[in-house]
Amino acid sequence: MALSDKELKEIAYLARINVKENSLKKLKKELGDILNLFEELNLADTNSVEAMSHPLDLSQPTRKDLVTEKDMREELQKNAPSVQSGLFLVPKVIEGED
Amino acid sequence: MDFHNLSLKEQLQGLKKGSFSSTELTSHYLERIEKYDDELNSFISITAERALIQAQNSDERYANNQAYGLDGIPLAHKDIFCTKDVLTTCGSKMLHNFVSPYSSTVYEKLDAQGMVMLGKTNMDEFAMGSSNETSYFGPVKNPWNKEYVPGGSSGGSAACVAANLTPVATATDTGGSIRQPASLCGLTGIKPTYGRVSRYGMIAFASSLDQGGVLAKSAEDAALILEAMSGYDPKDSTSLNVKHIDFQTNLNESIKNLNIGLPKEFFDAELPPYLQKSIQESVDVYKHLGANIVEISLPNINLSLPIYYIIAPAECSANLSRYDGVRYGYRCKNPKDIDDLFMRTREEGFGSEVKRRILIGTYALSAGYYDAYYLKAQKCRQLVANDFTEAFKKVDVILSPTTPGTAFKSGEKTSDPVEMYLQDIFTIPANLAGLPALSIPCGEHEGLPLGLQLVGNSLQESTLLQFAQAFQSNTDWHKKLPNI
Amino acid sequence: MSDYLKNWEAVIGLEIHVQLSTNSKLFSGASTNFGALPNTQACNIDLALPGVLPVLNEEVLKMAIKLGKALNANINSPTSFARKNYFYPDSPKGYQISQMDKPIVEKGYLDIEVEGVKKRIGVTRAHLEEDAGKSLHDDFEGQSGIDLNRAGTPLLEIVSEPEINTPQEAVAYLKSIHSIIRYLEISDGNMAEGSMRCDANVSVRRKGDEELGTRTETKNVNSFRFVEKAIQYEIERQIHELESGNLIVQETRLYDSQQNITRPMRSKEFANDYRYFPEPDLLPIKLEKDFIDEVISTMPEMPEQKRERFISEYNLSSYDADLLALDKDLADFFEEVSKVSGSPKLSANWIMGDLSAQLNNENLNIKDSKISSKKLGELIIRINDGTISGKIAKDVFEKIWISGGEVDETIQKEGLEQVTNFDEIESMIDKVIQSNPEQHSQYKAGKDRLFGFFVGQVMKASEGKANPKQVNDILKEKLEK
Repeated sequence: MALSDKELKEIAYLARINVKENSLKKLKKELGDILNLFEELNLADTNSVEAMSHPLDLSQPTRKDLVTEKDMREELQKNAPSVQSGLFLVPKVIEGED
Repeated sequence: MDFHNLSLKEQLQGLKKGSFSSTELTSHYLERIEKYDDELNSFISITAERALIQAQNSDERYANNQAYGLDGIPLAHKDIFCTKDVLTTCGSKMLHNFVSPYSSTVYEKLDAQGMVMLGKTNMDEFAMGSSNETSYFGPVKNPWNKEYVPGGSSGGSAACVAANLTPVATATDTGGSIRQPASLCGLTGIKPTYGRVSRYGMIAFASSLDQGGVLAKSAEDAALILEAMSGYDPKDSTSLNVKHIDFQTNLNESIKNLNIGLPKEFFDAELPPYLQKSIQESVDVYKHLGANIVEISLPNINLSLPIYYIIAPAECSANLSRYDGVRYGYRCKNPKDIDDLFMRTREEGFGSEVKRRILIGTYALSAGYYDAYYLKAQKCRQLVANDFTEAFKKVDVILSPTTPGTAFKSGEKTSDPVEMYLQDIFTIPANLAGLPALSIPCGEHEGLPLGLQLVGNSLQESTLLQFAQAFQSNTDWHKKLPNI
Repeated sequence: MSDYLKNWEAVIGLEIHVQLSTNSKLFSGASTNFGALPNTQACNIDLALPGVLPVLNEEVLKMAIKLGKALNANINSPTSFARKNYFYPDSPKGYQISQMDKPIVEKGYLDIEVEGVKKRIGVTRAHLEEDAGKSLHDDFEGQSGIDLNRAGTPLLEIVSEPEINTPQEAVAYLKSIHSIIRYLEISDGNMAEGSMRCDANVSVRRKGDEELGTRTETKNVNSFRFVEKAIQYEIERQIHELESGNLIVQETRLYDSQQNITRPMRSKEFANDYRYFPEPDLLPIKLEKDFIDEVISTMPEMPEQKRERFISEYNLSSYDADLLALDKDLADFFEEVSKVSGSPKLSANWIMGDLSAQLNNENLNIKDSKISSKKLGELIIRINDGTISGKIAKDVFEKIWISGGEVDETIQKEGLEQVTNFDEIESMIDKVIQSNPEQHSQYKAGKDRLFGFFVGQVMKASEGKANPKQVNDILKEKLEK
């Protein structure tokens, strides 16, 4: 199962992981080897089973619509790489999903 | 006094009686860690000051007759469990500076029992690995022979228990990460039924496979701690809300006339002769105790490896998307724009194995491949689970080797990811089916220990522990530890 | 501009995101209150700290069930969540928990009416998902600031079938949804504040063509008016492109209300592969029939039913009933006024006339009306019992609106009671006739039009308070003499 350079770059972008040009070859091989494992599943007859989404056959529990969390901004922002006026700073965002 | 040679039960009794204090006990272990851990590297953080305060508080409670169930007993937590105000790294550069603002339910439950945390143990990065060689904080050495790996991903927890640097340690198991290190380090390691132990605060790798458990020196010790760790948690929607049964209920009951299944597919595999011999001898022990040996078949079991290596990476690829340098953790220097921030933070913050798995997972979920890979794998997973359901109609436990051999040398398998993955062929199926499983020491080869695996039916931890205890009451393998 | 309709047909689908008005978030117990300081309502779950897990808010299930019933749709059980994977700074987990295969609501419909023509628009599905945070761009020297207060707020995304064909139909559909969610009290549906957002998928095709054209998605339309204008623009733009021989690019566009155009979004569009897969941290939700039935039993009367009832019970016209039933608050106000006044028709007229005009003038909601339903009812009583004329009532209305006060108190204080005393009116009329002998002769000679002149004079003399009917009757008689 071989991955093309183009496919690998697309996957890397989807996963937002930069892959340097000189690592491409090695990574392609490693991933190709792992992908070969997948071929074994083609032989399995799964016509009579449903996909297992959970090992448990139970129903989702719910919680009451109550506010249980108080303002913990200071605590929670202690680990933030860059904060100003209570906001997490990132390089400028161009208009997007909102 | 050599406190570390006492069992958990004996330590508890000693504390209750006042024969020694928690402070003494804790200091003893801290000294040993100081002395021996440099060579083993089993700890990422040693919370010495904090531990002594906890020990002191415990001693006060004992003095006032207000002691909790496991009060004053030291333990180590795998660095995958969030601990409030303590560094929680998950073995990764990505979280090398993450001081968690909250604690996991596992931590809180054991803390509520009065246990004293010695520190956070080393592990394969984000729980991905079988040798503890992928940690940002350096590899862990097997206390039996430092040229060898302790197994992974809970290598740190295993090494420190085996070296008697702590009586017991928490750990997690997604494809074998408790059982495989248990086997390679001569310990008892148990992964409970999926949903038994809350995953809240347990940093996620593969959500439908991850389970918290324990590494200890005996079935008895393991039962005590697993008991305290388990229970319904409303903060974890996948946690089991079932009536609690004491795991120690059947511990010392006879296993006469109970049935042990031997899956022919596992025994058909090419196992090294020393392993075959050990397993055969172990089976004989059980026969001698009156159990029936039944040959069973798990026809789809050989699909386990590909199923696992699709589902686990797929889930992890999404679980690890939160590591983006925005709200906590590692951030690359001088990001030019948002994409650059994400791409270089993740390139630099994650190690190779983690990156490989994220990429594989992303691929398996991508448009055009979802049906053929992810969906197919989930269907095959159901086939495997069905095989177990069938088997458990005939047997009470299923026995097999835990690992395909004893520990291997550091660096031996790091150049070929797939070769490393083969370490997990016996352990993965239990995770796929959500079943409880444990590993106990059953032999030795060339100075390195060997483990045997028992898989139980859903919610049958007591039965599993009963079988483990029966074996340990009649053999000495679990008593052998490296002389540290 | 509507020539194009001869040859072309527009196909429109609307995706409406409704922010649900729960107290806490979809998967965490943080507050959803509007306007808090940045990141003070974002707990560890909302921040996607390592190890956190989602727990489902039961209220959203109830809200979704009610919406499903109101849309005549199926409630799916089990229903489950899925991960929609994409990277963005305001999406802390790097995926959004949404629904893919089995949305909670599916296959419904809504009936709309545009210029008297009724049409049924199918609703494909409505599903639950969490909202993202916000990015702020000013004041940060080339950086953006991320506020996650909004992250995790519950949304219900309502997707229509592509069965809408004109901008007017789109607005009718949108208004209908707006009305329903406010009736159900599951959202305040405020487009300006973002608690209801509309994205329009628009494509065109030549009349008679079976195949659908390439569609574009237009976002950032935050009022009914803009929705209509944006869709109109997009339809025309696409027709123009196609007639010029160009192809339509499948893309996301933003509506610019200043210039009344849509333009393509600048951000990278490629690789929007969301890689949906079932959410492993949440179990499938089984909705028991008892639970669903119980929820449905708590639903209020919906606009359609209310409309019918207004026609049958209050004898309102179809037109009046439509208008009054559209907004729940308005409908409630109407019923309160009717109850007090005993006069539904008059109540309707006053509300749709003077009251609406006043509210519009000051850009107010019915809830902010400066005259209460009780007072308006009382005012109408005073018209009906002859204390004041309809015309004077307008003055009283205005006075109360501006300075408050009770109805009777205001009438008395200003001395606005109608004059109904026969002798008084007669004497006023006599005086007027006496003072205008020329007009009197002209009237007797046949100039009927002058009647109005005399009425005017009498009303002036009485400062508008003389009872118009009595004036008419007495004047007629007297002028003949």
